[in-house]
Amino acid sequence: MGQGLYTLNYLGLAMLAAAALVVPLLPILLARVIAPKKPGSTKQSPYECGVPAAGDPWSQFRVQYYLYAIAFVVFDVEVLFLYPWAVVFKSAGLAGFAAMAAFLLVLAAGLVYLWQKGALEWD
Amino acid sequence: MGLALLIRMGVGIVLILALAPVIMMYLTWLERKVIARIQDRFGPTRVGRYGLLQPLADGVKMLTKEDIVPAGADHWLHTLAPIVIVVPVLMLFAVLPLGPRWIVTNLNTGLLFFLAVTSTQTIAIFMAGWGSRSKFSLLGALRTVAQLAAYEVPMVLSLATVVMISGSLSTTAIVEAQQARWFVATPWGFTAFVIFLLCALAEVNRTPFDLPEAESELVGGFHTEYSGMKFALFYMAEFLGAFAISALGAALFLGGWRGPWLPGWLWVLVKTYGLVLVMIWIRGTWPRFRIDQLLAFAWKCLLPVSLTNVLATGLWAVCPWPWGTLAAVVLIAAAFLTTSQLWIPKSCKAPERVVS
Repeated sequence: MGQGLYTLNYLGLAMLAAAALVVPLLPILLARVIAPKKPGSTKQSPYECGVPAAGDPWSQFRVQYYLYAIAFVVFDVEVLFLYPWAVVFKSAGLAGFAAMAAFLLVLAAGLVYLWQKGALEWD
Repeated sequence: MGLALLIRMGVGIVLILALAPVIMMYLTWLERKVIARIQDRFGPTRVGRYGLLQPLADGVKMLTKEDIVPAGADHWLHTLAPIVIVVPVLMLFAVLPLGPRWIVTNLNTGLLFFLAVTSTQTIAIFMAGWGSRSKFSLLGALRTVAQLAAYEVPMVLSLATVVMISGSLSTTAIVEAQQARWFVATPWGFTAFVIFLLCALAEVNRTPFDLPEAESELVGGFHTEYSGMKFALFYMAEFLGAFAISALGAALFLGGWRGPWLPGWLWVLVKTYGLVLVMIWIRGTWPRFRIDQLLAFAWKCLLPVSLTNVLATGLWAVCPWPWGTLAAVVLIAAAFLTTSQLWIPKSCKAPERVVS
C-alpha cells in the first residue's frame, strides 16, 4: 500500500468516529420523544438511600488518589518509550537489549522507592 | 484503487455500526443465561423461545423510561458522558482483524490505537461521576480513575512483549507472526496473556474488579444517577468493551484467524466468545476485591511481574533455545513469588478504615 493510500486509513477512522455518533444519539433523541417527562423536586434530588442529601459531594477527597495518579503518569510515559524500542527490538541486537534492560532497572528502582516510601499503601 | 479502499472502509463502518448493538444485546442475553446456570436458575425464559427476545423487550423498556437528571447536576457533562463512552468503544472495532484482509482500517499502529482509545474511557466515567453531583457517583468515579490508571500500566507492559517478538504494532502483522506457534504457548506469552486478561477485566470494570459500579456498596457507582437510555448506553459500552478486548486477546495471543478446518473469521469468533465466556464465568464465581487490595494487586504484583516479563522476553529471544526458555521461566517465577510474599500478608488483613 502506498503512502497516499495509507493515509486514507485515517480518513476512515474519522468517518467511523463521525458515523458512530449515530449509535448513542439516535436512541437518546428517540427516548426524548417517547419517554414521559414529569420532573419533581423529590425525584430530582441526588440518590442517598432515601434520606435527604447531606452536604455537597463536590468537596475534598483523599490525597491518595493523587499519589496513584502521579505514579501512573511516571510509569505510563516510561512505558511509551518502551514501544518504539519494542518494534525494533529484533534488529537492535544485544546492545539494544542491554540498553533497555538498564532502563527497566531504573524503572524498577523507582517502583521499589515508591513502595518503600509507602506511596502504594492505601491506609 | 483509492476509491475501492474507501468503499471497503465504508462497508466495514456500516457493518460495525449495524452489528455492534446486536452483539451487545445478545451478550447481555448470553451473560444472563450463563450466570443463571452457574447459580442454578434458568435466566430469561418468558420473552420468545429461550428468552431470545428478552434483549429487544429490554430495549423498548429503556426507550420508554423517563430520563431523570439530578437537580444540582452539571447538565452538559451528564448528557455527554454516555456519548463520550460509546463512540470510542465502537472505534475499537476498526483495528480488530477477522482475517488477513478482513479489517476496516489496517493501521500499522493498530495496537497503540487500541490502547489509546480504550484509555479515554476513564474520562467519560469521570465525567459521569462528577457531573451527577451525587456522593455514590463521585466515589465510583474516583475509584475508576485509580483503578484504570493502575491496571493500564501492567496491561501496556504485557502487550509490549508481543510487539517485541512480532516487531510490529499492526494487529494483522502480529497474527501473521504467530504462524509457527501462538504466543500464548511461550513462557513470556503465557505470563503476558494472564496479566492481559486480568487487566482486561479491570479495564472494562467487570467482576472481580467492578468497584466503579459496586452495587452492594455504591448503589450503582458512577451511573447511580442515570436512567433510561443513557443508562443503557453505559451498559452498551461495557459489553462492547468486553467483546473488543476479548477479540484483541484472541488476535494477540491466540493466533487470531489461525486454526484448522473452520474458516478464519469463524475461528476469530470462537476464540473471542471463548474469552467472553471466561469473563462471564469469573463473574459467576468470584467475589469483588476491596479497593486497597485492588490497588495493591496492580501496583505490587502485576506491575513488577510484567516488568520482569519484558526482561524475560528479551532473554528468551536473545539466548539460544533451552537457556532462553529456562531463564524466562525462572525470572517470572522469582518475580511472582517475591512480590506475592510482600503484598499478600498485608492485603489479607482487614484494614482499620476503608472509606472513600
